[in-house]
Amino acid sequence: MRGRGTGEGGRVMRASVAIAALFVFVFALPVPLPASPFPQDTSAGKAVYQKWCAGCHGDNGAGDGPGAKHMIPPPRDFTGAIYQIRSTPSGQLPTDADLLRSIDEGLFGTAMPGWKTRLSDRQRRDVLAYIKTFSSFFADTTQRPQPIAYGSAPGGGGGAEALKVGRQFYDSIGCRKCHGDQGRGDGPSAPTLKDDAGHPIFAANLHENWRFNGGGTVEDIYHRLRTGLDGTPMPSFSDLLEQKFLTDEQLWRVAQYVRSLSPQEPPVVRDVVHVPLAKRLPHSPDDSAWTAVDVYWFPLVGQIIHKERWFAPAVTGVWVKAVHTADSIALRVTWDDRSASPDTSWLPFIGRVLNTLDSDDSTREQPAPWPDQLAVQFPVTIPSGMERPYFLMGSAGAPVYQWRWSSSSRTAAVAGLARGIDRFDPLGAAAGIPTQAVYDHGQWRVVFTRALASADTASQLPFRSGRAIPVAFFAWDGSNGEHGTRMAISTWYFLALDEPVPARVFISPVLAMVLTLGLGMLVVWRAQQKTSYRKGRQ
Amino acid sequence: MTGRIFNVVGAMFLLTVCSKGSQSNAAPAAPPPAPAAASDLAAAGGTITGKIKFTGTAPRNPAIDMSEEAACKAKYTTTPTEENVVAGPANALANVFVYVKSGLPAGQTFPAPATPVVLDQNGCRYHPHILGVMVGQNLEIKNSDPVLHNIKAIAKKNRPFNVSQPNAGMTKTVTFSQPEVMVNLECNVHGWMHAYAGVRSDPFFAVSQQDGSFTISGLPPGTYTIEAWHEKFGTQTATVTIAGTESKTANFTFAAH
Repeated sequence: MRGRGTGEGGRVMRASVAIAALFVFVFALPVPLPASPFPQDTSAGKAVYQKWCAGCHGDNGAGDGPGAKHMIPPPRDFTGAIYQIRSTPSGQLPTDADLLRSIDEGLFGTAMPGWKTRLSDRQRRDVLAYIKTFSSFFADTTQRPQPIAYGSAPGGGGGAEALKVGRQFYDSIGCRKCHGDQGRGDGPSAPTLKDDAGHPIFAANLHENWRFNGGGTVEDIYHRLRTGLDGTPMPSFSDLLEQKFLTDEQLWRVAQYVRSLSPQEPPVVRDVVHVPLAKRLPHSPDDSAWTAVDVYWFPLVGQIIHKERWFAPAVTGVWVKAVHTADSIALRVTWDDRSASPDTSWLPFIGRVLNTLDSDDSTREQPAPWPDQLAVQFPVTIPSGMERPYFLMGSAGAPVYQWRWSSSSRTAAVAGLARGIDRFDPLGAAAGIPTQAVYDHGQWRVVFTRALASADTASQLPFRSGRAIPVAFFAWDGSNGEHGTRMAISTWYFLALDEPVPARVFISPVLAMVLTLGLGMLVVWRAQQKTSYRKGRQ
Repeated sequence: MTGRIFNVVGAMFLLTVCSKGSQSNAAPAAPPPAPAAASDLAAAGGTITGKIKFTGTAPRNPAIDMSEEAACKAKYTTTPTEENVVAGPANALANVFVYVKSGLPAGQTFPAPATPVVLDQNGCRYHPHILGVMVGQNLEIKNSDPVLHNIKAIAKKNRPFNVSQPNAGMTKTVTFSQPEVMVNLECNVHGWMHAYAGVRSDPFFAVSQQDGSFTISGLPPGTYTIEAWHEKFGTQTATVTIAGTESKTANFTFAAH
């Protein structure tokens, strides 16, 4: 028994040694082996980092890669080990799980994409280990990240009473100072905000939870309230609970209130704007008639095709509604903008924006009080096929018809022909588009109105029903340094005008019914006649 | 039995793997926290005193627009200003942090005082504007304003923090673990609020008074590099040798630019 046992043990041992040797040969020779709760390999991580991360974050992790000067917010500087999205109190290091979440999911609303589907589990863990080597804080054994013990959200979060409580504390703990009274990031301190490195930073627009860096659920928001976003102006509010100025439930209510400002689901792009027929044209942006009209959302992105390119657009999208009457059309464009430009209190902010981004031009432009602008673009005529003019403001040979509205002259938009991004020829005052504009707590609402028919059908598109009319949008936030080619752009979408319903549509069914009834009665009468005749004969 | 052997071999293998890994991955560990030194140096030793001046014209401190914060504005009878350059009579320069940059014996440790340094947010300004604090010493940050302040520390050698104090009467006690000149403290709600903390692992530092004077006492014998730091005018250094319980003078003159 003993001998047999030893023999078996010896075989197993030899096999184990062989396997171990093989492992050492395979893994230990090319790279040092990892030590961690789960295997992490900083050398393999370095290769992943250099291939996928260094372009923005820099070879030495200082957030200074070649792409860094083309984005706001700039890429993370790993050397300071200061991270926004953590489960730990302000000032503490993030946990590995925190870092992995940012790598996996990316940071919404920034240039950082999620890597979960692009890199393997092993690669992501290796690169996480490598990123930590950029800062000595991670090697400091006295720094032990301790996640906050979070409870769960109290019930009734969507109810009116809960939201009222949330709103009350939103005001009392000062959220509105940066995020604004209505939460659009337009608070009184907003123009002065900068991150640790002095880069400009926007207070989050709380109506766009799909762009919150750390996620948009009630739990995400509550966690950010507890931890703060280190490196940014957003502080932790945990001390309020510890020092009993606020209960945990009240802070949850704030999170629930903030969540309630955004739609239930992120907006989905629908390409065709249905333009219903109305009896009356609503000229005012806040006319009650607009409430019954469907709204469409179109995302905007930075113009990075023509110099000077623009990588940091402030306007993230437009909300569009449209109606028409028998002879006119009204188009309401709504977009969030943190200031009614021109606003001189934002000049230092513009300066920071221009300093942070690399300019395509050799001479850097000086900040100026630029206005906010919006352009609506159509082709000059409705195209018969799928061929449309170049979406980015047409071309010399194929111009586009545009309405250009500016916050410095709010009551009319200039109509004109764009022949490329840098050429706009106004069509004269007579072609101008009447507008009514409202700036309200971080939001512009502008209504454009025009007759469906046009005097000059060669350059001013006649609006007609029955055909999809291409439309595109362009926006400039003056207080973000935007003017000229520095703008946010959309691609082509469509307007579809309802046809007026002709009278015969209503009369025909009535006529048909009367006719059917009459014929039926005739048949019955005839049948009765025949019956009585037969009876008479018998 | 075979299972056990396999376990043992596996564990040895893992150990090898782990130890190799930690050798290659780990940066040198930070030294353990220093034990408090028993000797009280402040009682004896040499003293360095000096006056700090500047040449040229001091830039005007910008006025602060507190219209958004009525509760702060009400605390002033005249328009408050920032405190970037606080000048006394005859071009004396206040708010200069003076400290021993080098020269203390390596390895010598100094106990942190038990009394905290207090930073008060009052009238939407920091009091004091410049402070010195020792590693491990409590810095007590309190809010005397009924408005939201956030206190953000921007540091490189220490961990940063950013906490909010929306209510009057709130306090936050923090400590720093590494010497750092300076840790910047700021409020993002009120962009004009800045304070600077000089964090030292020894008690030999001072902040110049309104008349530009400062005193550093209790220095053991040695030759020291003294640095004077000003938030707008930069730094100046001087070398001072202390032989016993004598008093030496080190004056600094900054150029206003």
